[in-house]
Amino acid sequence: MNFDPRYSGRNFASVGTRPIRPDGVDKVTGRARYGADFNMAGQLVGRVLRSPHAHATIRKIDTSKAEKLNGVKAVITAADLPDLTDGDAALYDILDNCMARKKALYDGHAVAAVAAVDARTARQALKLIEIDYEVLPHVTDVDEAMKHSAPVLDDTIFTEGLEQEPVKPSNVTKRSQYGHGDIHAGFGQADYVVERSFKTEQTHQGYIEPHACVASVSADGTADLWVCTQGHFVYRQHCAQLLGMEASKLRVTSSEIGGGFGGKTHVWAEPVALALSRKAGRPVKLVMTRDEVFRASGPTSATSIDVRIGARKDGTITAAEATLRYSCGPYAGMWAELGAMTAFACYNLANVRTVGYEVLVNRPKTAAYRAPSAPMAAFAVESAVDELAKEIGMDPVEFRIRNAAQEGTRSSYGPVYGPIGIGPTLEAAKNHPHMQAPLGKNQGRGMACGFWFNFGGQTCTDLNIGMDGSVSLAVGTVDVGGSRASLSLVAAEELGIAYEQVKAVVADTSSLGYNDMTDGSRGTFSSSMATISAARNAIKILRERAAQMWDVPVDDVVWENGHAIAKGEKYGNLAALSLREIAAGSGKTGGPIAGHSELVADGAGVSFATHICDIEVDPETGATRVLRYTVLQDAGKAVHPTYVEGQYQGGAAQGIGWALNEEYVYGKDGRLQNPGFLDYRIPVCSDLPMIDTQILEIPNPNHPYGVRGVGETSIVPPLAAIANAVSNAAGVRMTHIPMSPPRILAAIEAERGGRWSK
Amino acid sequence: MRYIRPLSMEDAVGQLAGSPGTAAILAGGSDLLVRMKGGFIEPDLIVDIKAIDGLGEIRETAEGFSIGAAVSCALMGESAALNREWPGVVEAAKLIGSKQVQGRCTIVGNLCNASPAADSVPALVAAGARALIVGPGGRRTVAVEAVPTGPGKTSLAKGEIIEAILLDRRAPRSGDAYLRFIPRTEMDIAVVSAGVNLTLDEHGVVKSARVALGAVAPTVLLVEEAAEALIGRKLDEAALERLGKVCSGACRPIDDKRGTVEFRRKVAGVLARRAATTAYARAGGK
Ligand SMILES: Cc1cc2nc3c(=O)[nH]c(=O)nc-3n(C[C@H](O)[C@H](O)[C@H](O)COP(=O)(O)OP(=O)(O)OC[C@H]3O[C@@H](n4cnc5c(N)ncnc54)[C@H](O)[C@@H]3O)c2cc1C
Repeated sequence: MNFDPRYSGRNFASVGTRPIRPDGVDKVTGRARYGADFNMAGQLVGRVLRSPHAHATIRKIDTSKAEKLNGVKAVITAADLPDLTDGDAALYDILDNCMARKKALYDGHAVAAVAAVDARTARQALKLIEIDYEVLPHVTDVDEAMKHSAPVLDDTIFTEGLEQEPVKPSNVTKRSQYGHGDIHAGFGQADYVVERSFKTEQTHQGYIEPHACVASVSADGTADLWVCTQGHFVYRQHCAQLLGMEASKLRVTSSEIGGGFGGKTHVWAEPVALALSRKAGRPVKLVMTRDEVFRASGPTSATSIDVRIGARKDGTITAAEATLRYSCGPYAGMWAELGAMTAFACYNLANVRTVGYEVLVNRPKTAAYRAPSAPMAAFAVESAVDELAKEIGMDPVEFRIRNAAQEGTRSSYGPVYGPIGIGPTLEAAKNHPHMQAPLGKNQGRGMACGFWFNFGGQTCTDLNIGMDGSVSLAVGTVDVGGSRASLSLVAAEELGIAYEQVKAVVADTSSLGYNDMTDGSRGTFSSSMATISAARNAIKILRERAAQMWDVPVDDVVWENGHAIAKGEKYGNLAALSLREIAAGSGKTGGPIAGHSELVADGAGVSFATHICDIEVDPETGATRVLRYTVLQDAGKAVHPTYVEGQYQGGAAQGIGWALNEEYVYGKDGRLQNPGFLDYRIPVCSDLPMIDTQILEIPNPNHPYGVRGVGETSIVPPLAAIANAVSNAAGVRMTHIPMSPPRILAAIEAERGGRWSK
Repeated sequence: MRYIRPLSMEDAVGQLAGSPGTAAILAGGSDLLVRMKGGFIEPDLIVDIKAIDGLGEIRETAEGFSIGAAVSCALMGESAALNREWPGVVEAAKLIGSKQVQGRCTIVGNLCNASPAADSVPALVAAGARALIVGPGGRRTVAVEAVPTGPGKTSLAKGEIIEAILLDRRAPRSGDAYLRFIPRTEMDIAVVSAGVNLTLDEHGVVKSARVALGAVAPTVLLVEEAAEALIGRKLDEAALERLGKVCSGACRPIDDKRGTVEFRRKVAGVLARRAATTAYARAGGK
């Protein structure tokens, strides 16, 4: 298959329009089936017992009383999930996270599970499981965990990436470094230097739908799993490996998804549900409570970041440096490294260096959250950039324009950029009416930029043409934001037919080849590429069938506007054949017509955004109100502009929550204090203004339509944009996220010199 | 678990008093059901009081208002008379939860749940409201502040039910107001709150005042010194300043996930000043 993914300019008929999404009616009427909506005859209720301790050795687990309780059909512990990971450290961590093996490593860590005939019995059974813990000292703060005095979570961890190999184990699993040039020389050329330290607290993706699945293991060793996930193929792979099954014997069907944002790229309950079903011999449904979702799934890293940036009087940045410490939960990760890579990606820098430290803490295993690690790095860097512009006396937008990366710039993380959107989004921000709008008392404006890599990856798609000429499109990337609509538009575009003629579904793992999960903003980028390829393969067959129907050489048949046309004078009186007509005759011309595609979608174009926001601060209480918010972002090509705008708004909304109120609060005992939406405060509708968007289209040269991923970049600038706005409104630089009212009020009071003496 | 829906107060009291196990009264259920779902309580008997005759009514009497224990906060919001006479009490009731929650929840439930952060309670305390209690031993009336005794605890004896909340008829030139601080715009729990109730003389001088603070101590605080800071004065800058100081000082808050001691102290003063300003304006003060 010689599919050419390169961009070629063209006029679009379907792409760029805004039809209604195919999954919309079912979602608004409640008919759509989410993870917890699957049910099977004879299904049991699965429940998980979780550690109340932040750090404890599990000396002994006695499940005998629970097993004897009437209605209990299976009780499992780590012993029922034997270690089959064969030296794969990352997979072992996943296994240990699903069910603690020797130690409970955080409040909420699973230690046992039951399957029973109903929820009440299952809950009672959990109470009957006796666990003998030896409670160990714990550490939950990222800076504390790096200290020599901190309790070490895993004494086999010796920091990787240090010049000198460490002799003692620690909680720092890895040091990474990025950059180029000579930062010492660079700071030597600077007229102004800003140096600051920042902290961000841990947040959760906050998806409204909790993790849910139904697992059914048959006596013959095959199994089915219905689950809410961002990547059913990856779930299949992990579950099969952990349970010692062949992948093809486990069929995984993804449900509709009530939000994932990276949090549903990791297995938690699914291997447990399968192990319970295997032991009980009956289907098991396992739905996490919100408390479990907070305590044991998600979250993102808590961070501590130092930034130093120097610039000349003329506004040219001469050197930039950052040290980033990210919490990983109790298992190794590469979260700080992603922060180190993205921190300065917006700028054209001669001298830059970033260093990342991955830090283990007694908190849940860090999971991806929308552009993972980038928002915190951007908060620190864009705050310092703003401050530096102020010191120099330059407008913050002008200062950024002056230093923005361009095509040909060597990025701070290595690669040289192709055509990119940072400059254009900044210019658009500068010219946006929002920038000129007047501000009132106690109001401040802030802006910030953000970057995300985007990802392509393995993709497999089937396009089947029915005999009535309607088209079914089977994709393997879970639809997290309207991709079925976008991919239907793409199929319609290629085939030259109406959007309504196409129906897209997310196929299960037995119906398609492997697909990477929907992460890295890859859903529409990669699956549209595969859809274009599949459609073009189908068109080849359509042309062959038309040639056969006409009895002319296939090379003389072209495909235009949904029709086969015989090209050339000699065919002058042959009427064009529509897709419908060719499909209707397919039974006699060689059978079903389909286009298949399997590819690795390389060349996901990097993405940039600039955000502007206005905030009002009540100086007496520290309360904030977001008055106005504008997102300007490069989409490459917006396939379905409404859903692109939705991604922009969603990222901004989540970023606003993160910036202002969301945070994991741990007690001294290492227990999570706020595992619920009452005290873990995501924004409610009335907390947000209408978020304005502007789509820019700088084509990605590596996609036929120029598409770039759009899902993640939108959460990168908000923390910084809001921090800059709050700092401007309150007259004091905010360095700790979230900027909750107590933090803002304390900062204002400290600045005033403590008018309210105790 | 047994659920009953008695039609008379006598029956309800009898069933409660006679139940051998744990029993709970169900009004709107917006606290009770949440606690049951969370696995914190498993009552053996649930007595739903919403079918009891007259409990769903707001009655105007010569002395004032009698708000039945099953009256939803939404219904309070629809009573023109109550809005006119006790706007502070109504605005507190209408801050609870969301539209949906207000359609179910009651101020009596809010009082008996005995949360230090309950929204309607500081407004009721400031208003001088009384609770009419019916029990095996008969009827009694107490000041609302006597009902909660600590977080989750009340002074009600086994078998006792609050039948209604009583509010006095208003003297001329009176006004009340309630304000709470929450980090979001709605669906949140008060970090600090303040209720103020004032009556003025013909010259706009404060004749009587009651000031109550929420979420800054185990129970709602009635701050008499704060009332004294206002009585005998017009609501000038100095009076407001003094009010704020006294309220900040009266707080006995804790550090928790919702706020710090420092924050609660400062904001208690701020909210008291702002609520007093509104109450003063409502009373016709200039
Ligand atoms: C989503 C949500 C948001 C909320 N937001 C707020 C908020 O903003 N502010 C706030 O203050 N609260 C809030 N709450 C808590 C709750 O809604 C209020 O406390 C409400 O007023 C309780 O009233 P209810 O009628 O629903 O009480 P119920 O749940 O029926 O009862 C509460 C308690 O009082 C007892 N009780 C009820 N009636 C009587 C009676 N007549 N005599 C004796 N005891 C009785 C019950 O046994 C129970 O212990 C919220 C709750 C939810 C679920």
